[in-house]
Amino acid sequence: MANKIKIATTSLAGCFGCHMSFLDIDERIIQLAELVEFDRSPLTDIEHCGPCDVGLIEGGVCNSENVHTLREFRKQCKILVAVGACAINGGLPAMRNFIPLEECLAEAYLDGIGVENPQIPNDVELPLLLDKVRPIHEVVKIDYYLPGCPPSADVFWAFLTDLLAGREPKLDYGLVHYD
Amino acid sequence: MRHVIQELAAQHSYQATQLLAILRAVQGRYHYIPAAAIEQLAELLNIPRTHIIGVVEFYSFFHLQPQGEYELLISDSITDQMLGKAELMAYLSERLQVPVGGVHADGVVSLDNTSCTGLCDQGPAGLVNGRALTRLDKAKIDQIADLISQRKPVAEWPAELFVVSDNIQKTALLLSQTVAPGAALQVVFSRGKAATLAALEQSGLRGRGGAGFKTAMKWRFCAEEADAVRYVVCNADEGEPGTFKDRVLLNRYAEQVFEGMTVCAALIGASQGFLYLRGEYLFLYEPLQAVLARRRVAGLLGNAILGQDFSFDISICLGAGAYICGEESALIESLEGKMGVPRNRPPYPVTHGYLGKPTVVNNVETFLAAAHIALNGGEGFASIGTDKSKGTKILSISGDCRRPGIYEYPFGTSVQTILNDCGADDVLGVQVGGPSGTFISAQELHRLLAFEDLATGGSFIIFNTRRNLLDIVNNFTHFFAHESCGFCTPCRVGTSLLKKQLDKIVSGHGSAGDVVALEELCQLVKNQSHCGLGQTAANPILTTLERFPEVYQSQLKKISYEPGFDLDAALETARRMANRNDPAAHLAQIEAEHD
Amino acid sequence: MTKTITLDGKAIPFADGQTIMQAATAAGVYIPHLCHHPEFTPHGSCKLCTVNVNGRNCSACTFPAAEGQDVLNNTQELNADRQKITQMLFVEGNHFCPSCEKTGNCQLQAVAYHLNMLDDHFPLFYPHRQMDASHPDVLIDHNRCIFCTLCVRASQQHDGKNVFAISGRGINKHLIVNAESGLLKDTDLAVTDKATHICPTGAIISKRTAYQVPIGQRVYDHQDIDAVSLATEQAHGE
Repeated sequence: MANKIKIATTSLAGCFGCHMSFLDIDERIIQLAELVEFDRSPLTDIEHCGPCDVGLIEGGVCNSENVHTLREFRKQCKILVAVGACAINGGLPAMRNFIPLEECLAEAYLDGIGVENPQIPNDVELPLLLDKVRPIHEVVKIDYYLPGCPPSADVFWAFLTDLLAGREPKLDYGLVHYD
Repeated sequence: MRHVIQELAAQHSYQATQLLAILRAVQGRYHYIPAAAIEQLAELLNIPRTHIIGVVEFYSFFHLQPQGEYELLISDSITDQMLGKAELMAYLSERLQVPVGGVHADGVVSLDNTSCTGLCDQGPAGLVNGRALTRLDKAKIDQIADLISQRKPVAEWPAELFVVSDNIQKTALLLSQTVAPGAALQVVFSRGKAATLAALEQSGLRGRGGAGFKTAMKWRFCAEEADAVRYVVCNADEGEPGTFKDRVLLNRYAEQVFEGMTVCAALIGASQGFLYLRGEYLFLYEPLQAVLARRRVAGLLGNAILGQDFSFDISICLGAGAYICGEESALIESLEGKMGVPRNRPPYPVTHGYLGKPTVVNNVETFLAAAHIALNGGEGFASIGTDKSKGTKILSISGDCRRPGIYEYPFGTSVQTILNDCGADDVLGVQVGGPSGTFISAQELHRLLAFEDLATGGSFIIFNTRRNLLDIVNNFTHFFAHESCGFCTPCRVGTSLLKKQLDKIVSGHGSAGDVVALEELCQLVKNQSHCGLGQTAANPILTTLERFPEVYQSQLKKISYEPGFDLDAALETARRMANRNDPAAHLAQIEAEHD
Repeated sequence: MTKTITLDGKAIPFADGQTIMQAATAAGVYIPHLCHHPEFTPHGSCKLCTVNVNGRNCSACTFPAAEGQDVLNNTQELNADRQKITQMLFVEGNHFCPSCEKTGNCQLQAVAYHLNMLDDHFPLFYPHRQMDASHPDVLIDHNRCIFCTLCVRASQQHDGKNVFAISGRGINKHLIVNAESGLLKDTDLAVTDKATHICPTGAIISKRTAYQVPIGQRVYDHQDIDAVSLATEQAHGE
């Protein structure tokens, strides 16, 4: 179908919980599949995002790879959506923001209990950590926000059905949760 | 120390209202407020220790951590910046081997910035252990560094370091004919209180702090309150950057200011007055005490003033570094020995002021004018100025002009006339009324000094075309964030956000949406803040954005969005620890055009 | 004859001495607020209750109702400002709802839900703030404090103590406790104190009680704060 809406999804510094919650739309996914097509997503295994209508981003920005991925999504997606607490305010990963990165790395790789052969991984293939975990709106422009940890399946459903119907997406009281 | 604190508390009659004075003494002696002193004072003054800690942490001149035996503060006012403060500060920091905001390892000297010290006509200026240093230059800094390395007590430093000039450049009605001590009071008693109040009404005098409330009306309201106890407070906390007229009025015309306060007391029925003097003007404290003593001897203060059934006296209270205390209800809180947090209004000070009693709070210049009117009647005063702004206004002029200093003008004088007098040309703009006022451009020099056009508390800072507008706005915006009392959300958080958002644009990381976001934030802070500080904190941005939108636009990147923080710098720690410097270990601030 | 003010176009009665907030609550009109509590002296600092009175913005919790007032409350413009103020409260502290015991019972969160706040809008400050878990029964998590001073007032005005205070200036404001050590365990706070239970956020919580009601079944999970607030505060007014 030529006029299917293209959606891409990814998780940055997140736990894939938002993706799991998305799948909780259960049998409604069949209805959705008739209207949308998935580009890059853990559901498709496509590695790079092509031109899309909607990008759903779970997780905050904790390392250089997250920045590249986020930029790719921003470039390719007409509408970019911050999904879940981590994308919106850094969430749980951002709780490391109160410990200097130096201490975090030292604890994990140098002098933490049980560390053997202490060294900081330095392979050039590995992304480097940012000094702080950031919400995605501090790195690229974001068009919509779906709060929740995770947002419920109904949130995804309400948002996407609004969008597909050409309505301005709106979350009613019961759909707005931060936990 | 126990003995010292005990003595101090006794000297101040164990009154919690005297907390600032006590803490000033403790800070002066120990260069911080030791925890043990807080414990002891809590007991002696019968207040919770949290009250004392709150006050210590509120005022810039109090510290919980030890400062140097020489506490050096350098004014960060825009006028000091324009006189080369940044280089001087760097030099000072290097000479003394102490970072800005730090204390030298040996504990001898500490160095930091401070808000405008009211010496803009003779900067770069600073404070050492509270005493004002003027016209700083490298030679003086060398001298200061030597004095410190010799551990010479500040009291023995050469007097030329502390010379404060009046710089009165132009006088008119008030500054050219002063009131002889007692003369205005004599007239009040002979003419009667009602007639004096009527003269004040006829004069059209409005408060000189900037807001312009009718003085006669304020005094009448206070007099009409049922309470038997009333207070007169003179607001000498002129903290608006660029203002220093009160400094000169209190140095040269203190008799007349006190006379004005006494006239007010006679009219409203007060027996106690306060002069709230900003801490930066410590050098005026002793001379002012001497003036008060003289007036007591002359029978112009104390019991049965001029033989009448009227007793009144004035105490001087020193502030401790908080711009917000210029707001009248914050000032009253501070007088009561508390944090300078503006009160909810109503009720207004005129009904519920100091200790909940009816209180008149007026500016130094207002009392000066009131004494003049009490002596000479209101007619002459009212014949000067414009319809809505009677009399004259005393300006503190600084910045890019050949003759900075004090100028008195009839209301209705044009900015151009003032610029001609003080020797300013090639003008980019003028900050009228200080950061909380208006930045006017060179196209508006025909505008008039008046409540109905350009209202001002007296600050008048001139910028020539070689100045960078955004540096000016940035300085002012940082000032407000530093001085916000933090009581209400929009100002506490908003002024910090304004600072961040402006920094983003000024440092060249802004994009199209950022100026819009900045303006939205300005409106929010302006419309939602609790008091005048927050309501005007966005003025530097708003008034320049309106006049020079292109200056802001030229800072913006031609992209839709750029992060507000330095992405590559955010990788620095990880890069260092992983010992990497390959291309993948770096991030561009904005996305490359193609992969 | 009863005196009235006009609130969003509707005449509502007030008694002399009442604030706009009190008159509105009595009339069943919700005005968003966080630092206000009907049992304590109004504070007027959070600014969520800002209403427009005859063209001028005023805090409803402190501003006296008076004849002739035309008050705007539930307008798009005011609610937009309220949302931004709420966002300011979120970014200046560290409010990670998923890991907060108070989630679902938190008034900061509930006001944000009420205002349909979906994001933080502003850059986050991520300030470094401490926890004080020294007290056997009560915990302070400074990350969540919004400086409403309700604990300060409750301790003074209800408990007859002076356990809490706000110290510092500007963005450096912080909650302190009345003990030489600076620790909550050395104050005279009891778990039964009003001050222990008044915090609108999760800054002061009573230990070992947090998960008695599961997430999803808490006060604001299904009820809007406007209804909850009116029900409790009207009951107080009677």
